[in-house]
Amino acid sequence: MSQNMVSLKRTLKYFAVILLSVAPFLSKAEQAHDASAAAPTESEKISAHIDHHLQDDYYFTFFADEEADVKYGFSLPVILIDNGLKVFMASEFDYGKKTVEKDGQFYALSHGKIYKTDAAGTLSYDDHHHITNAKPLDFSITKNVVGLLLTAVILFVLFIGLAKTYKKGANNLPKGAGRALEPLVLFVRDEMAIPNIGLSKYKQFMPYLLSIFFLILVLNLIGLTPLGFNVTGNISVTLCLALFTFFIIQFKANKDYWKHIFWMPGVPVPMKIVLAPIEVLGMFTKPFSLMLRLFANITAGHSVVMGLIAIVYLFKTDLTVGGSVGVSMILTLFIMFIELLVAFLQAFIFTMMSSLFIGMAVQDHHDEDHH
Amino acid sequence: MEKLIEQFSYGLFFWQLIILLIVVVLLGKFAWKPIVNALEEREEGISSALAQAEKARLEMSRLVNENDQLLKDARAERDIILKEAKELKDKIVVEAKNQAQIEGAKLIELAKKEINDQKLKALAEVKGQVSTLSLEIARAVLTKEFENQGKQDELVADLLKDVKLN
Amino acid sequence: MIPSIVGAGLIVIGGGLGLGKIGSSAMEAIARQPEAASKIQTAMIIIGALLEGLAFGALILGK
Repeated sequence: MSQNMVSLKRTLKYFAVILLSVAPFLSKAEQAHDASAAAPTESEKISAHIDHHLQDDYYFTFFADEEADVKYGFSLPVILIDNGLKVFMASEFDYGKKTVEKDGQFYALSHGKIYKTDAAGTLSYDDHHHITNAKPLDFSITKNVVGLLLTAVILFVLFIGLAKTYKKGANNLPKGAGRALEPLVLFVRDEMAIPNIGLSKYKQFMPYLLSIFFLILVLNLIGLTPLGFNVTGNISVTLCLALFTFFIIQFKANKDYWKHIFWMPGVPVPMKIVLAPIEVLGMFTKPFSLMLRLFANITAGHSVVMGLIAIVYLFKTDLTVGGSVGVSMILTLFIMFIELLVAFLQAFIFTMMSSLFIGMAVQDHHDEDHH
Repeated sequence: MEKLIEQFSYGLFFWQLIILLIVVVLLGKFAWKPIVNALEEREEGISSALAQAEKARLEMSRLVNENDQLLKDARAERDIILKEAKELKDKIVVEAKNQAQIEGAKLIELAKKEINDQKLKALAEVKGQVSTLSLEIARAVLTKEFENQGKQDELVADLLKDVKLN
Repeated sequence: MIPSIVGAGLIVIGGGLGLGKIGSSAMEAIARQPEAASKIQTAMIIIGALLEGLAFGALILGK
């Protein structure tokens, strides 16, 4: 008890220290922001670059020479549904410098989004510097869609190949990459599906669990390659994945699950009434936390890696070119290994949590025994 | 939060939905099902093989036990037989000895008897011969003696004297 | 007004303390029962993930 008090006191002290030490930086940061309103500084350029990387894009850029304003890569097709289907290459925007006219409708590209505009390409802003122009329905093959397609192809190649090895008989052991994939399949089955869903019901969820596990894993891993994908760090993707889990839970849930939500057994009636809204909220917070966790982890990872790579430019004068490259290399290497772990861990946690929630919804509860 | 909502794009959501559905459905049909089934089949095969091996091991140990028992039994039987044979041998030897002794004793008895008989016979013969001889001698003597009357009377007197003495 | 970055810092401190508590308890449990290590690790990761979800939710909603 007294030990807890001591640790609480110490914690409060830490809070005070941190608050005091953060305060000067805050004011300093604001000053810096004021000063650099005119010309973007190096660090602002870097943070803009990181922001840009985290966003989806209509171009697939490998290198960019900013001074010469040349980008090496290729543009991707834009597909708009706005009074009919409109398909054109994103290169027509010339990185947002030009407006594109299709069937009498003008489109402009600004900060990775396509807006409807007039012939002059005027964009109107509100007080918070947000563009108020209308957006067309955009089903473009963006960078992330390319990443998704690439991942799907990788999955098809790997797992149809793995499935083929078993065609000759169950005891025909896989060769090559299959050797690494088979333990992962077993890992999904033995560590996630069976313990959480139960031996009698796990089989019907295996295709979904395996699909999301390997999809997230491969998406996370291609995000770590220098190709510049950030698919699982995009809220649309993680929302879609989380919604899948959500709907599977709702459609596969048994009577006990709904009973636990709306009329919790084994507690007095007033408590039941109080618990029902909380449980209903819990129904939505589960997939919401799934969505945010994956998104935030991957986004944070990408930001940290890119920030550490930016050390090369930020400390070029302080540490000399060799020194800054060395420091950046060591730190990035270290973080990269952690990111490899995170890539795997997040795929694991997403699948694990999905199977846990599915298991909670489909398992036969034995309330009479517990309560 | 605002930034997140801004980042959300229907297009990407749509593509993700389509691709995820395709992955779940197609891979489910052509990859996950065969893989999961094959893994299960293999595990079942392994577990049944293990069970069979265990069964075989039990059978083997049972057989070994049985063999041991058989060997033990055989050994015990052999011991018994040997013991019996030895006993029999001893008995036979003893019996034979006894028999021989009895036989020997009988023979000795017979021999003794025979000897006795022979002896008696011989004695009787000797006695007879002696008596015959004595008679002959006596006759001869008497014949000689009784050539004269005097002597005959003398002898009768002697004999009578002997008789009186008896 | 307190800037949101301070709130983010507070969230991170809270999350860090929570994760530390989870980690230390899990370590103790593993030391006490090494044979149950894998089960404890799984439970630890799940609770850590729940905490992480909470912290990230707060961070992103507050931003």
